[in-house]
Amino acid sequence: MALLEIKNLHVSVDGKKILNGLNLTVEKGQVAAIMGPNGSGKSTLAHVLAGKDDYEITEGSVLFEGEDLLSLSPDERAAKGVFLAFQYPLEIPGVATMMFLRTALNAQRKKRGQEELSAPDFNRRVFDAAAKLGIERDMLRRGVNVGFSGGEKKRNEVLQMALLEPKLAVLDETDSGLDIDALKIVSDGVNRLRSPERSFVVITHYQRLLDYIVPDVVHVLSKGRIVRTGGKELALELEAKGYAQYQEEMA
Amino acid sequence: MPAVQETVDQVRRIDVDQYKYGFETLIESDKAPKGLNDDTIRFISAKKNEPQWMLDWRLDAYRRWQTMREPTWARVHYPKIDYQDLYYYAAPKKKDGPKSLDEIDPEILETYRKLGIPLREQETLLGVQRPANEDGEDGEGATSGNGAERRVAVDAVFDSVSVATTFKEELAKAGVLFMPISEALQEHPELVKQYLGTVVPVTDNFFATLNSAVFSDGSFVYVPPGVRCPMELSTYFRINERNTGQFERTLIIADKGSYVSYLEGCTAPSRDENQLHAAVVELIALDDAEIKYSTIQNWYPGDKDGKGGIYNFVTKRGDCRGPRSKISWTQLETGSAITWKYPSCILRGDDSRGEFYSIAISNGHQQVDSGTKMLHLGKNTISRIISKGIAAGKSQNTYRGLVSAHRKAKGARNFTNCDSLLIGDKCGAHTVPYIEAKNASAVIEHEATTSKISEEMLFYCMQRGLSEEEAVALVVNGFVKDVLQTLPMEFAVEAQKLISVSLEGSVG
Repeated sequence: MALLEIKNLHVSVDGKKILNGLNLTVEKGQVAAIMGPNGSGKSTLAHVLAGKDDYEITEGSVLFEGEDLLSLSPDERAAKGVFLAFQYPLEIPGVATMMFLRTALNAQRKKRGQEELSAPDFNRRVFDAAAKLGIERDMLRRGVNVGFSGGEKKRNEVLQMALLEPKLAVLDETDSGLDIDALKIVSDGVNRLRSPERSFVVITHYQRLLDYIVPDVVHVLSKGRIVRTGGKELALELEAKGYAQYQEEMA
Repeated sequence: MPAVQETVDQVRRIDVDQYKYGFETLIESDKAPKGLNDDTIRFISAKKNEPQWMLDWRLDAYRRWQTMREPTWARVHYPKIDYQDLYYYAAPKKKDGPKSLDEIDPEILETYRKLGIPLREQETLLGVQRPANEDGEDGEGATSGNGAERRVAVDAVFDSVSVATTFKEELAKAGVLFMPISEALQEHPELVKQYLGTVVPVTDNFFATLNSAVFSDGSFVYVPPGVRCPMELSTYFRINERNTGQFERTLIIADKGSYVSYLEGCTAPSRDENQLHAAVVELIALDDAEIKYSTIQNWYPGDKDGKGGIYNFVTKRGDCRGPRSKISWTQLETGSAITWKYPSCILRGDDSRGEFYSIAISNGHQQVDSGTKMLHLGKNTISRIISKGIAAGKSQNTYRGLVSAHRKAKGARNFTNCDSLLIGDKCGAHTVPYIEAKNASAVIEHEATTSKISEEMLFYCMQRGLSEEEAVALVVNGFVKDVLQTLPMEFAVEAQKLISVSLEGSVG
């Protein structure tokens, strides 16, 4: 059984149709890249998977491990193992990153009927994961994302991913706003988390990210549906030729 | 973070819209006849066996009150209060004042137990009933932690009278007087006479004048020169009787070089009709003395339709009378249908210092108009104001503050920071700062922000596994962190829980 199965998904925002009969299957352990031009529905897909309000789902289904994902609240989806790395991570003043991580992890564990982690056990896990991403301990004491640079915010997203150990990680334009060094650190972080037990949906506009996070499969999204699927070489083709042909095909 | 988790658990345990402290205690009470006139005041004064000068003071206040008008400048709206339709005095029925906790009506003790106020537990430490070395056997309620037990002396005020004061003997050893003000009038009339009404004069304002006429009880604290009060002092106020106003009067004097930290907590049963609370608190800090006054105000806020709740019209003022003295107000305001309250500092002594830290949370139909006044009279006086207002539901939350530097207040400095947080789109937050500088060397800084808990922020937290309520609690706790840290340790956790409980039902 596929981990994620999206069938004929139609989604509107304020009456405007964004996703238009999207079909997508992500296998367990697979890294699937979703590429597409601006306005093709990439971020909408990410938000709908995570359960954000404001999206009207008019048709279609999304199954996660065979279960209806769309009927679950965002926090229930998180506890089932759906993680979204935000394109623009939010700032939460006054809430130390460390406390945020702990609250999130324990909230998920509780929903899954697991014990809360002991403080030493938790601290060890965070410090290990943070060290690998080059995140200083001082940063963990600061308010969540407050005063963080773009690169620090994205590293913080990967830190959360490492700690929460999702089954499906959706990366929404994780490369946006990153210089090449930051891109490398973030990609290394993601690559370390690749495993046969974990799938990724990597959403990006540019092929550049896929040099570092090499996908098993590439899907092209245009005007709200997947219009082409291929191997990693498809990304290179897109880089060379652009999205124009797909936009015309649809027109 | 465990505290957040706990808070949410706590919220779950109580029903939505159910005020946790909304129970009523059935005890017989001794009331003054309804309404207000000279006889009511004579009745109260006679009940307390007061000296003639006290009665005269009250009658004078009453005469002046009759010439005054209820203030209307605050951003609060409520139906006209009929002052003749209230009881001004209600006391649990009892022959005399209780001599020990054993004589207190068990119903009242039970009430305080429900409120989580450890009167019983303190009894063991009163030394009344057992030899010093026989401790810890009592079991129930005794929080005998690792040796260093945190101790808080409690004065419990039920309706109009103080029912119990703990730790009196131990405090007496240090020379600290901590007792109901009615008792202080018997035992130390000269101290009361010397200081009462010197910070909040009889004619100060409509509600303070009313209080001066009819106040029934409250706490009195005197800390002698050079003494650091050995424990936290605390008063818990409970309004129980129907249609009863509570008019307590608190007077705290920190003599030269002394220090005291004082906390008050307040609750009331849930009732359909509104109840009036008009208190006066006066603080006096002499040379080099310091008073830290913290409030956790959790009066019944009314139901989800805005019915019932306490009208809280309170005058609190501290006088930094001596040089280098310091007064610090910290308040957590979560209850009351209407809050009208401006704890203030008169910075009279040179180099004196006033602080005001406030968290004011309004939900449902609550109306809060609260803030502070910092009056700089002495040279090089410093004040600091940190106010965090959180408005949810259909509530209105106003910060109103005055910072004033007088002609002689050379080198006066103030820093004000006012932040407002809105939850939902049916509430309002307002900031009304007044600034007056009458000399050129004063430095006054004012910062203010208004923000909203955005859908995006909640979604971010929920995507990480937090429920919506956990997410709101987390964001709000972050917002108020600076102020929470100024509360005494013992109460910070309680405060954190209370914040989550008061925001129950604020989303969705």
